[in-house]
Amino acid sequence: MDKRDLFRDNVLTSGHRACSGCGEAMAARMVTDLIGPDAIYINATGCLQVFSSHNQQSAWQAPWIHSVFANAAAVASGVEAALRAKGKNTPVIVQAGDGGTFDIGLQCLSGMIERGHDILFVCYDNEAYMNTGVQRSSSTPHAVRTTTSPPGRLANGKHELKKDVISIMAAHHMPYAATATIAYFPDLKAKVEKAMSIKGPRFLQVLSPCPLGWMHDSALSVTVSRLAVETGLFPLLELEHGELTGVMRLAEQKPVEEYLRPQGRFKHLFTGKEGGVELRHLQALADARIRRYGLLEADTKWDTARAMQSERNGRGGYVSTSTSGGAEHGA
Amino acid sequence: MKQLLEGSQAVAEAVRLCRPQVVAAYPITPQTHIIERLAQHVANGELAAEFINAESEFGAASIVLGAVASGARSFTATASQGLLLMTEVLYNIAGLRLPVVMICANRAVGAPINIFSDHQDSMSVRDAGWIQLYVDSNQMAVDMLIQAYRIAEVCELPVMVCMDGFLLTHTFEPVVLPSQAEVDGYLPAFQFARTLDPTQPMTIGGASEADNYQEYRIAQHHAMENSLAVIEALDAEFEQQFGRTSGGLLQGYCLDGAQIVLLGMGSLMGAVCDAVDNLRTQGEAVGALSLRCFRPFPAQALIQYLSGAQRIIVLEKAISIGGGGIVAAELRAALYQAGITTPLESVIGGLGGRDLTPEVIETIFKKRVEAETEMTNHFAPNHIITDEIDSGGKAHG
Repeated sequence: MDKRDLFRDNVLTSGHRACSGCGEAMAARMVTDLIGPDAIYINATGCLQVFSSHNQQSAWQAPWIHSVFANAAAVASGVEAALRAKGKNTPVIVQAGDGGTFDIGLQCLSGMIERGHDILFVCYDNEAYMNTGVQRSSSTPHAVRTTTSPPGRLANGKHELKKDVISIMAAHHMPYAATATIAYFPDLKAKVEKAMSIKGPRFLQVLSPCPLGWMHDSALSVTVSRLAVETGLFPLLELEHGELTGVMRLAEQKPVEEYLRPQGRFKHLFTGKEGGVELRHLQALADARIRRYGLLEADTKWDTARAMQSERNGRGGYVSTSTSGGAEHGA
Repeated sequence: MKQLLEGSQAVAEAVRLCRPQVVAAYPITPQTHIIERLAQHVANGELAAEFINAESEFGAASIVLGAVASGARSFTATASQGLLLMTEVLYNIAGLRLPVVMICANRAVGAPINIFSDHQDSMSVRDAGWIQLYVDSNQMAVDMLIQAYRIAEVCELPVMVCMDGFLLTHTFEPVVLPSQAEVDGYLPAFQFARTLDPTQPMTIGGASEADNYQEYRIAQHHAMENSLAVIEALDAEFEQQFGRTSGGLLQGYCLDGAQIVLLGMGSLMGAVCDAVDNLRTQGEAVGALSLRCFRPFPAQALIQYLSGAQRIIVLEKAISIGGGGIVAAELRAALYQAGITTPLESVIGGLGGRDLTPEVIETIFKKRVEAETEMTNHFAPNHIITDEIDSGGKAHG
């Protein structure tokens, strides 16, 4: 008997150890359920690995392997090569956080793409090293407070900018690279489905708020990730072979303050003397991204208002891959 | 039939005969000729494998990890800095109990950067959980590589075949290559139960804490200890089928009546045996012992071979900086445990490619034997006698 039938419901099942409101847990469940259990998942070290794979208490109902922090894309390359050698075409999926993608895992990821492995690499981007207690990564945005980029007499949080990893992906001229968030499920679903329909290396960056590290109410994870898009700070994009082929248009541009205010990681900008400068700087960064990708005038019907409408009408279109009881598992 | 083959070519042919499905590597001197030959075999359709050009040795080790976890027999090779860059993954492969086989083309470790042979690279990862087998010759490299896959797959432990860079990898020697049918008869198709398979979903590499982590580590240690008998048995089986032995754990030379035993690892042993021949003609009761298997450490077998010796001289091409000779320290501990207090000299030499010629080895031998009357402490500190090696090297260089 196929052992999958015994307990299979979600690929990432309930009962794991993620924090309340964890954006990464939501994102991982959405992505893995869209792909389904007939795939091999390779996980980098990080929150997702830690909260889901404790000894004899695994939350994974699909074949899943974790090796070390930096090598998920290389392990996946080996898995994919082995499947190719055996004439199998089981999908191979990497899951990593921003540390395992932008920083320590970047070299293996670049190698995986350059060699053209048929793998989807999913980065759950929560913009810092949350698993070790909120240290800054190269994905942490400008001016954010983390434990290793603390505001102080001489500092306003992280000095540097968030690394533009999607452009690095595009520079590999890979078949498909896209950004998504947990807020717009129909958009995420379309991107996962598109990624799964394409051969070769594919990349998906999913903005995944972390209530602990971003210091917002754990009920606001979806709201905050929606505001990241609506302010232009996190554009939703699709790039094919290095060319921009799709954006989600902003029905209206919201000021960055609406995104920053609910998050304690930006609180020092509203209380400190120098905060105003950084607020203007962050607004300028959002404006620049909106101009760069044409987020206000893009020739597409797919905008934030339409995406939200679609999400409300269809409960986000999110159903479990199981044949029964799926609707109860809405995002 | 014997063929004249470079060590790298010979061992690459052995790899081909073992039918790996995935070969991943990153180039580093002196490993390159091995992977170049394999790449050509794949390009010519002579080896049905995926050849993956990794972006680093860290990536190469990770690729074979993933491939073996997916049920494909795999191969990689590296040396020196590359092996150290793999270190994190080496521990992980061993902890996951994946039967990966690799060749370490032994090379010195920088700084100063040095491409020539010593054992510092593999000795530095001795605690990673890999079986380590050191070979004396190109024939033994071929034979041991084939045995390595059997050992790895029977024990579910990774195996590192250590062959001296340049001294073996770039040296031409007559080698007997077995036929494909012969190798197929010895090495069955890869069977591995713990693989990534959607019909039998399995979580591999999950987290463990104080409640059971230690049990995993103990199980790994026991598996290594149990592999001692497997290594001997599979060498005996190899000898039965191919008519050649690689010695299993250890190989003795002129040990009959030997009062003084020279012990070492790798290609060094050719020169040691020559030195033993010379010293025997001079009336010295000397023999040699080649330590083939350093991990697991074959303490019992060593004690059996060495219990009759009156003096042991360990020659080694690696050093634990601040500690001294590594093989010597472990051998001393094993002898002490068995209540044997034979004087044991630790001699470190041959670092970074410096020749340990038979003449140098004779010089070391004579100086150490002359010093015998002055030794009062059997567990004396190590003697790192670079002056002897230096003068010998100059005299004969």
